[in-house]
Amino acid sequence: MSNIAITDTTGQAVPAKPVVKSFAAGFVSRLVILVPYLWLLFFFLVPFIIVFKISLSQTAIAMPPYTPVLDFRDGVAGFFAGFRDLNFDNYAWLTQDALYFNAYVTSVIIAAISTVLTLLVGYPLAYGMARAPATIRPTLLMLVILPFWTSFLIRVYAWIGILKPEGLLNQLLLSLHIINQPLVILNTYTAIFIGIVYSYLPFMVLPLYSSLEKMDYSLIEAAKDLGCPPTAAFWKVTFPLSLPGVIAGCLLVFIPAVGEFVIPDLLGGSQTLMIGKTLWNEFFANRDWPVSSAVAVILLLLLIVPIVLFQHAQARAQEIER
Amino acid sequence: MNTTWSRFNITSITFGFAFLYLPIVLLIVFSFNESKLVTVWGGFSTKWYVSLFHNQGLMDAAWVTIRVGLVSATVATVLGTMGALALTRYTRFHGRVLFSGMIFAPLVMPDVITGLSLLLLFVAIGLDRGLMTVTLAHITFTMCFVAVVVQSRLISFDRSLEEAAMDLGATPVKTFFQITLPVIMPAIVSGWMLAFTLSLDDLVIASFASGPGATTLPMKIYSQVRLGVTPEINAACTILIAIVAVGVIAASVVNKRREVQRQLDERAAQRG
Repeated sequence: MSNIAITDTTGQAVPAKPVVKSFAAGFVSRLVILVPYLWLLFFFLVPFIIVFKISLSQTAIAMPPYTPVLDFRDGVAGFFAGFRDLNFDNYAWLTQDALYFNAYVTSVIIAAISTVLTLLVGYPLAYGMARAPATIRPTLLMLVILPFWTSFLIRVYAWIGILKPEGLLNQLLLSLHIINQPLVILNTYTAIFIGIVYSYLPFMVLPLYSSLEKMDYSLIEAAKDLGCPPTAAFWKVTFPLSLPGVIAGCLLVFIPAVGEFVIPDLLGGSQTLMIGKTLWNEFFANRDWPVSSAVAVILLLLLIVPIVLFQHAQARAQEIER
Repeated sequence: MNTTWSRFNITSITFGFAFLYLPIVLLIVFSFNESKLVTVWGGFSTKWYVSLFHNQGLMDAAWVTIRVGLVSATVATVLGTMGALALTRYTRFHGRVLFSGMIFAPLVMPDVITGLSLLLLFVAIGLDRGLMTVTLAHITFTMCFVAVVVQSRLISFDRSLEEAAMDLGATPVKTFFQITLPVIMPAIVSGWMLAFTLSLDDLVIASFASGPGATTLPMKIYSQVRLGVTPEINAACTILIAIVAVGVIAASVVNKRREVQRQLDERAAQRG
């Protein structure tokens, strides 16, 4: 209500201009914060509360296909009475069926292995880019970003043609007589690993590159002058200094990879199990909204620690830049 | 800085870029394939591009996607720029931690969670699913990417320019439009482009948030891909890649020119 107080005073006594100005500035700055804030509250935070609410309701043959719980339509008394109707059946269901547990565990394992693989592929690339002549570095950087701008779906799709039993990779290996019969890669976990490493590589390379590029290479020379062999210098100087980039890159790959849907669905086939696919099927094929909400709540709980870590890393990086 | 451009570095860059680009190149090459078999070369042909433009379903979906992309990218750019300003300029306000959390979390949030939660919101408030809901969903997740891009530019911004303008009597709003906005413009433009391509690209969130009559291009491509790989899809993908590549390269050339011009101006100003 401070706004009103300010307008009143400007109307009455004080020389108007500076106060009007500060009022305008205050109003604008409040608007700059409030508009995106309210938008995100309404479209990002409130939906999670609804997901949680629906995960506690029961499936019903209706539209929407669940029984309403904690509804304000019955008034405040009805809202509190609703607590009695809450049921944790959906969560109990998730623990009873081994499918869900296995899906969570495999997703985390697949995401972890893929993250390590992406780091192994991305580190040499980022290192090479950071040590490249300064004139070509912006071009190299753009070349890493460019695939990120092309559709994710398209890049995953491109691998189907390569990995198929009669696909390009098998044709090449057969014609070179490296193998005698086609390798089965599509619709296996190997294909998922390839897909994740490929799709998320730019996310790994960019933070790695920015921390490696900032590094002072005279430190390496100092280490060498003091008789440190190159490998030891890498592990004792370069790698620790690039650690913020490693952490940011790994989180940027790991978190979305756990809930990935497109890659396991298109490259993994029906035999592979990942939680993003389970949620999708529960929702679109089984039309079981409460159970898919419960799946989402558990997935979110699983990811909350890495997400908070990621946010801390981002905030710290921002403070350092300042 | 002393750079050793060793053989190891060249090799790792070569392999890295081959890995990144080979699948895309192969996809483009096989879109010009005469044969219906995507992986067997049957001679050069552009017939898949012709049949693509006669595929009404695909063209409709493309039109839906472009409309959603233009609107959502524009709104997301405004909201994201405001968010970036709020984060960098106002270091203390109630709920700042929550706010920055809500800006960063969507960057890594799995699409299935975002999609499901937005859908349940739309159902709860009784909004019919269609173009409108897809657009709202896209604004929400792309504005965070815009905020991060613009924020990185704002952090390196020289605030003495703004102070000088205010000392000379410009109002904060005028200062923003005459000084701040032109300086952060390149970041805003690339933020818009990022938001637009993310919107063009999104399959999962759109599938949850859209309803009948609002099928986007990725949804259409996905349903066809599930039936099998066809050269027509390769052709559609090639066109999308070409549009994005031209856009990105053009933007970076314009940015570079402006940067060079700015440096020349600064030097001239220092001499004069």
